Amino acid sequence: MPATEAVAAPRRLEWLTATVTDVIVETPRVKSLVQDVPRWPGHRPGQHVDVRLTGEDGYQAQRSYSIASAPEAAHLTLTVERIEEGEVSPYLAGEVRPGDQFELRGPIGGYFVWTVAAQGPLFLIAGGSGIVPLMAMLRHRAAASVAVPARLIYSSRTFGDIIYRDELDRLMARRDGLEIVHTLTRSQPAGWSGGMRRIDREMVASAGFPSSQRPRTFICGPTQLVEYAASTLQELGHEASLIKTERFGPTGGVG
Amino acid sequence: MSEHADTNAPLDGNSAAGLLHELFAVDLTSANVTCVGCGTVAEIGRERAYGGAMGVVLRCVHCEAVVLRMVRTPAGCWLEMLGARNLFVPAVEG
Amino acid sequence: MSEPPISRGFRARKRPDGPANRVPPGQHLVNDFPVLSAGPTPHTSLEGWSFTLEDGPSPLAEWTWAQFAALPQTTLKVDIHCVTTWSKLDTNWQGVTIDTLLEAAGLGEPPELFTMIHCDGGYTTNVPVEDLLDGKAMVATHFEGRPLAPEHGGPARLLVPHLYFWKSAKWARSLQFIAQDEPGFWESLGYHIYGDPWREQRYAGD
Repeated sequence: MPATEAVAAPRRLEWLTATVTDVIVETPRVKSLVQDVPRWPGHRPGQHVDVRLTGEDGYQAQRSYSIASAPEAAHLTLTVERIEEGEVSPYLAGEVRPGDQFELRGPIGGYFVWTVAAQGPLFLIAGGSGIVPLMAMLRHRAAASVAVPARLIYSSRTFGDIIYRDELDRLMARRDGLEIVHTLTRSQPAGWSGGMRRIDREMVASAGFPSSQRPRTFICGPTQLVEYAASTLQELGHEASLIKTERFGPTGGVG
Repeated sequence: MSEHADTNAPLDGNSAAGLLHELFAVDLTSANVTCVGCGTVAEIGRERAYGGAMGVVLRCVHCEAVVLRMVRTPAGCWLEMLGARNLFVPAVEG
Repeated sequence: MSEPPISRGFRARKRPDGPANRVPPGQHLVNDFPVLSAGPTPHTSLEGWSFTLEDGPSPLAEWTWAQFAALPQTTLKVDIHCVTTWSKLDTNWQGVTIDTLLEAAGLGEPPELFTMIHCDGGYTTNVPVEDLLDGKAMVATHFEGRPLAPEHGGPARLLVPHLYFWKSAKWARSLQFIAQDEPGFWESLGYHIYGDPWREQRYAGD
């Protein structure tokens, strides 16, 4: 049975125990947690989970995180950015090591979702850790070996802040119809050939698809970037119903 | 961020997915809701989400009227949909 | 239900405790001023702004911005407590007390025992009259010596610091006296009808 049918059936959410099997350092502030989750029902790219931590004294805290892995992957992976003033993310992106456990429930959300069945073209715009749910879409696209035309504009602060940098390079090197434009807003390394400014109208127009191709568009990141990109695309003639957004809030996260 | 950034900016209705899932066995973020105030039909995931840590206040993407409110308390979940004329839950995709 | 797994090394973020007689149970101190709103920030011009006292459906008094600013001003230094568990100590406010408004309206006695506060954007909250009198509450127009910022409720918000902060309604435009207590925006959706932080009255039934 395809994963899309399994997860769309009516189903109550229940808390499952996740055991971390691997921790991948993505950037100085971002880590990916690869997990073993017995009875995980499967997911679609773009969905998120609720994570619940329980301390030895019984104290609990709960946050939502986007799923980074493709449905086809053997393990569920979350990618977490450390928010300094947060309570959960400094633990997940700081202290967690293989063997550690927490609870999660999901998958949650069926709106900000793309599968190859929805076809394309696929147009993705990400700011910072907003790349995470979009990466699940790109990994799914690659795992399904379809050549749906896809383009990604990805805005990061510095070269070192680019999450999944090597894997994105490898995905583009497959030459299967994926084009990626990076832009760095704060500083750029010598010889940098990508963008050197915030995502703007010219970038969206030149790196994206024309509205006549009716791209399925997903935008994820800090509120300001999402607002700007979504309104710019509509000015460029893109249909609002084809543009889906996920705002991470003013600072890109809450905990 | 710009220092002029509105710190009261809403999130997408999609952010309410977890709370909605506590009450509904099907995902509601893809469901269409009709605003009582202006008649606009939009997916719940596309509406504006306010309320922060107090609860979910979903407002119409067009007229900003409240279409749905939800609060989780230790005793249970509260839901109010006076601002929604109807809700359409699409059939599951194939 | 089985016991949840313990997340090794996870604990509540170390927080400044503050004196027990000033931080209610379940609260922690913050230095910043978090923004929490039930809707978009209204941008009402001062020319278009007014504040009204009402007895049920009948207006009792109305002040334009200039008239309101000319009323006797009071400053308050108080601690505030948000139901989402943050508290902030020693905040400084300036505005017009409800006592002053009643006096300016020529009312010796408040006409009813309860009130509903109405705001731009449709927000409402209910407060018993006695919680608004004797200098306990004001319609505040200044915070820390500056005009109240729009995201914090400017031009004017109610300030009832001894109740959870959702009662201190932002963008307040009228104070309506009512005979029977009625739930406002959050009180009708599971939050406590009164909201005393010292008795931890967060939700209905607390």
